Amino acid sequence: MKSWTALTKAGLQTRLAAAAGAALAVALLIIPLFGDYVIWLTANMLILALFAVGFNLLFSFTGLLSFGQAAFFAVGGYVCALILLAVPSLLLGVVGGVVAAGVVALIIGFLCVRHTEIYFAMLTLAFGMMIHSIIWKWRAVTGGDDGLVGVPRAPLEIPGLLSIDMADLERYYYFVLLLVVLGIFAIWRVVRSSLGLTLQGIRDSESRVTFIGLSVMKYRLIAFTIAGLASGLAGALMVPLGRSASPAIANWTFSAEPVIATMLGGAFTFAGPIVGSFLFYIIKEIVVIFTGYWMMTLGIIVLALVLGFRGGVVSVIQRQLLPLLERRRNDLGG
Amino acid sequence: MVALFHAQGVRKTFGEFVAINDVDMMLEKGVLTSIIGPNGAGKTTLINLFTGKLPCDSGRLVFDGTDITGLKPHQRVHLGISRSFQVTNILQQMTVAQNLQLPVLARLGRAGRPFARPDRDPDVRAEVESLLSDIGLAKARDVRAKALPHGDQRLLEIGMAIACRPRLCFLDEPCSGMNPGERAQVQELIRKLTKLRDVTFVIIEHDMDVVFALSDRVIVMHQGKVLTEGKPEAIRNHAGVKEIYLGEEVGD
Repeated sequence: MKSWTALTKAGLQTRLAAAAGAALAVALLIIPLFGDYVIWLTANMLILALFAVGFNLLFSFTGLLSFGQAAFFAVGGYVCALILLAVPSLLLGVVGGVVAAGVVALIIGFLCVRHTEIYFAMLTLAFGMMIHSIIWKWRAVTGGDDGLVGVPRAPLEIPGLLSIDMADLERYYYFVLLLVVLGIFAIWRVVRSSLGLTLQGIRDSESRVTFIGLSVMKYRLIAFTIAGLASGLAGALMVPLGRSASPAIANWTFSAEPVIATMLGGAFTFAGPIVGSFLFYIIKEIVVIFTGYWMMTLGIIVLALVLGFRGGVVSVIQRQLLPLLERRRNDLGG
Repeated sequence: MVALFHAQGVRKTFGEFVAINDVDMMLEKGVLTSIIGPNGAGKTTLINLFTGKLPCDSGRLVFDGTDITGLKPHQRVHLGISRSFQVTNILQQMTVAQNLQLPVLARLGRAGRPFARPDRDPDVRAEVESLLSDIGLAKARDVRAKALPHGDQRLLEIGMAIACRPRLCFLDEPCSGMNPGERAQVQELIRKLTKLRDVTFVIIEHDMDVVFALSDRVIVMHQGKVLTEGKPEAIRNHAGVKEIYLGEEVGD
């Protein structure tokens, strides 16, 4: 009896997730019908979703709270911008940005992963601000407080294979959509893999994982680097969208965006940060219509949601709404 | 004959307090050894030093001919030393099966595979099934560890320690917080695993009934030193042991 209930619950969850996924896929594919503003907004949501899913691999699935993810976003973005300003190849720019972010994450991660909890969080914050000041001061390369402007949205070219012009926002949107979906899918596979099991083991009990024969620091560093790669990809996709790179994307306030998105949507779920990213932009866009103090208003809304929807929107759906649906099905004799 | 594990002149201090005071200890293969002693005698500290949770201040540890003094805990596990903890230490949010998959993956060197599903690995599945049946938790394989009753959590932790295929396994109070029925179950399991999997167990235990029923050899610790050691019957009648320890615990 018990296993039967568990089965239907799992089945219901899977079917609900599949239905939601299908609806989301259709919505994302037809977005360009709604004009440039909606395309731009959705592209930003997608980029934040990838950024937040990477953050959440560390937070919910490894037990590490990073306040410095903007550093890797910015490295990805700036390196992509510098490449595009020199060589008009979108692929080269994006790959270069991702690799650079991965290398920087590996180095910073190496120095951070021996610490945990608040010490880890503070170290990532400090290294994040270090990257921010490098970008701010190194005017010759990064443009300082002006940032890098006039970055071309170069064509997607693989010599001899394909060449797609990306000047059109609609085309670029599909490029972002494809890479964000691939990136999130890769992290989803990681979470369900042996590596994901190891990371979640570390989250549950560091000492237990050590004493079954695994180096906790090594696997923390791997998780940190994967999150850095995801942040770098998000940054490298963001820069050609706005055709500029601004030092604001390296600031600690920008590191807070994936944290807020995760809180809104629900930590300890995979879909939470994705849902939260969409909510984040919806709230932001509605709030700015009424007041310039959108950050403060957002803060109040986040507080209300976190206190009212304990554990975020996705966990509330899983905990509160699914049991209701189930009960109804059982009442109907299902 | 060479001992399976040999500690020479091991010392550990915490500030002024000498927790382990130049201890020499040999652990023989196949000899189920219990370490007993009053609270604060240094039993858990000793196991923490042997397994690498704490570094030794001085002294040398040799396992099966290899000097392991400078090795990290996870490296010692690979050589064949595993342990359980005094306070239950399992992966609370994961299912029973997942708790056993991880040590098996670690032993096979597959814990870092980024895309392979652990539950679809035939080697891992077979080994997890055999572990589940050994510790008697086959029916609970899909239950989250935190939802298990305390006794089953302790059994699961022994299962995790065994899943590393150790040659030497330290169990820190495996029967703590258990009712008599569960204690008997754990003793039965330890005997079974000793035979079945060729593991040498070393246990810390406060329950003297368990100690005398299970052990081939008993080591008594007192104030960071080995007071005496010997067969259970000899220890039971040892005057000094009665004085420091048994007197208060088994007054008869």
